[in-house]
Amino acid sequence: MAPQMSGHDDRATEAARQFIAALPHCRALGMEVEAAGGGSVTMSMPWSEALVGDPRTGVIHGGAISALMDTCGGAAVMSHPTGALTTATMDLRIDYMRAAEPRQRITARAICHHVTRSVAFVRAEACDEASDKGPVAVANGAFTLERASGE
Amino acid sequence: MRPPEPVQVVKQRRDAALRALVEGVPYIRFLGITFDRRGDELTGVLHYDEKLVGNPLLPALHGGATAAFLEVTAMMTLSWAMLWDDMERGRLDMGGLAQGAPAHLPKTIDFSVDYLRPGLPRDAYARARVNRSGRRYASVHVGGWQDNRDRLFAQATGHFLMPTRE
Repeated sequence: MAPQMSGHDDRATEAARQFIAALPHCRALGMEVEAAGGGSVTMSMPWSEALVGDPRTGVIHGGAISALMDTCGGAAVMSHPTGALTTATMDLRIDYMRAAEPRQRITARAICHHVTRSVAFVRAEACDEASDKGPVAVANGAFTLERASGE
Repeated sequence: MRPPEPVQVVKQRRDAALRALVEGVPYIRFLGITFDRRGDELTGVLHYDEKLVGNPLLPALHGGATAAFLEVTAMMTLSWAMLWDDMERGRLDMGGLAQGAPAHLPKTIDFSVDYLRPGLPRDAYARARVNRSGRRYASVHVGGWQDNRDRLFAQATGHFLMPTRE
């Protein structure tokens, strides 16, 4: 079957929503899939008091942003036309560029930009609502890629 | 020469400082992380909870929860090392700490997590080692394990920007 590289589509977005809705940690953080398809996924997460890392400023903890980017990266691998059965993070490096603005929604976009037989490579970035200030954090990751047996 | 302080007084002061440092951060409470202390050595404990699960089929801890646990342990170990020096020299403002003002939190510059095996649905532990701590930057390594101390399920290295000190 020829892989379709058409980008986001409704069926892939719905599949990603169901995938994420089944993950307790993602529900606990309030993560939502905005769009998915063709190896790229956009997800977002609301600001919440419970996620604050610095109570003096209300800035969200970096760990919550890395959880969002990790999830978004895994979803990007699953949405890649190569047709992964399952995936798991092997390594993820995150650069924190600046503190996220308090009380703003964090949106992450991940792209699975290359796959081999058993590895998927992902780039991701996370932004708050102050888009003119550039991303809050960027990430690079390698994910395992399980294919259907016999392929 | 003054006699040494009673052991309980020392212990109480150190435990109060640690508690103030950790409990001031909402996200640490949300994840359910606590710290065990032996002298100046800290062990982070991630208490298992269903909300930490990322793969309900296995089940396994979410990679994001694992990453956050390691980052929190690295950051707290680094803060604790700074705070310890001040505390032992009698320079620590315990009143300010008690009011939940964690003045000693470094900022993460980058954090690189290496996932070695799935996190099992049970408690996890982590210890960090400060490899370098300068005036402005610090480099910290952290390893997390569950059943066997020698079988890490995840490890990470991070760089931190040290807080400006008065």
